[in-house]
Amino acid sequence: MMNTTNQFDITSIRNDFPILNEVINGKQLVYFDNAATTQKPRIVLDALSAYYEHYNANIHRGIHHLAEKATAAFEETRNRFQQFVNAALREEIIFTYGTTDGVNLVAQTYGRQFLSAGDEIIISTMEHHSNIVPWQMLCEEKGCVLRVIPINEDGELLMEAFEEMLSERTKFVSVVHVSNALGTINPVKEIVAKAHAVGAKVMLDGAQASSHLTIDVQDLDCDFYALSLHKIYGPTGMGVLYGKKELLDAMPPYRGGGEMIKEVTFEKTTYNELPYKFEAGTPNIGDVVAAKYALDYVDTITKPIIAAHENALLQYATQAVQEIEGLRVIGRAKEKVSVLSFVIAGVHHQDIGVLLDQQGIAVRTGHHCTQPLMQRFGITGTTRASFAVYNTMEEVDRFVAGLKKVVKMLA
Amino acid sequence: MTINEAQDELIEDFELFDEWESKYEYIIDLGKQLPDLSEEYKTDENIIKGCQSLVWLHAYMDGDLLKFEADSNAIIVKGLVNMLVKVLSGNKPEDIATADIYFMDRIGLHQHLAQTRSNGLASMLKQMRAYGVAFQAKTEK
Repeated sequence: MMNTTNQFDITSIRNDFPILNEVINGKQLVYFDNAATTQKPRIVLDALSAYYEHYNANIHRGIHHLAEKATAAFEETRNRFQQFVNAALREEIIFTYGTTDGVNLVAQTYGRQFLSAGDEIIISTMEHHSNIVPWQMLCEEKGCVLRVIPINEDGELLMEAFEEMLSERTKFVSVVHVSNALGTINPVKEIVAKAHAVGAKVMLDGAQASSHLTIDVQDLDCDFYALSLHKIYGPTGMGVLYGKKELLDAMPPYRGGGEMIKEVTFEKTTYNELPYKFEAGTPNIGDVVAAKYALDYVDTITKPIIAAHENALLQYATQAVQEIEGLRVIGRAKEKVSVLSFVIAGVHHQDIGVLLDQQGIAVRTGHHCTQPLMQRFGITGTTRASFAVYNTMEEVDRFVAGLKKVVKMLA
Repeated sequence: MTINEAQDELIEDFELFDEWESKYEYIIDLGKQLPDLSEEYKTDENIIKGCQSLVWLHAYMDGDLLKFEADSNAIIVKGLVNMLVKVLSGNKPEDIATADIYFMDRIGLHQHLAQTRSNGLASMLKQMRAYGVAFQAKTEK
């Protein structure tokens, strides 16, 4: 565990992640696929097993000891998230299955209730498919129009083009806070302010941002913010949707079932209050309980210290790969997180991925679920190395040496 | 050469390599050796889509033998494609339809045939077998 003085001790951090000792193809794992999912520290793994070993029970309705304990832990995580994103109210924190689920919830409830034919929804070129498809589905159903903010060669949003798009027809803007494929940090506060000026609501896809940046939804003034825990050193299958209370109150429920009701008769059902209105069925209790420990882990080290470490790795790696002939970095935004995406002339990214894997180095290759973005750059995919708190300069050295070897083999 | 003889020959070839580099260099060479598929056969109909790379597969009958020509835009996949072509092409459709493909496993390349979306190889093998079934039905008519 981290000591309390916030001293950055990489050896002790690495010891917190048992998976880093795995040996892959005879070599110690170098895990550079953190933008896809981060590894989990021991305290999260221990919290998961402690829950199932000592207080597994269904929550909210039970009156026995275990149910009370599980409910308390579950709701404690909600408080913790309220703090993590600085929401004004705890009932503005809705537990979901992840970012994708959060976007779908908003599109299917707020979108279906408040948007109609001819209304415009703005997204951007660098969206993950999860922040494209739910809006396309809504547009198809309601006759809304999807508009797309273009980007420049460095992978930054063209803000003038965005401003020109805004009009009284703009009813919703949903953009990614940090691009998973490029690492670009978008000027979301400015986007929110400009969209609000024409009366549009704004959703931010925070899947990639939430492990690197301090999230303050009140400061951003966004209407919705979705994130996934598995990208913040927490369990898979669990996420959070933040929404402003007045909007969540006005929205119809998403899924019907237990927990989300106040009273059910065959004639009419009344719905539970926030946040339970949006949490039908038995939730992912174990993962929600363990999620708190992931947030504690991050906040103990503190995000600025994590970001500084990751940025150092990014700078070092970006510099080092320049030596490779024909390599082009995709995503050179001035403001970016620790994502290094690149193509090499004449080499297919899949070949790079296969041969790095042989050396125990895990990177992501392909379109990163951002096909329209790849089309924008005239490519079919990239190789992406993404760094997290537990990565080291030595690992970057191994990656760069491995990459040089790969290029030589494929030449 | 029967399908199994061709598989055994590949297994024997790979026994020479004890390091991943030499194994993959050989696969890359196999990829380079496979002639590019003529553009007229690189049609949408012949595309087998993986999540990352593309595979094209063209099948035709030569007498009573089913033959394959194939290509890929990624060189390692193309090497693996070449191996499947070496093993299966030029056999009777019924033998291709029922072939037990074990060489990938024995060479330690089973992960390339796994059902992930990352390459079209598993789909290619399935498609080769499907051609076997289809041409078998045709010749029996």
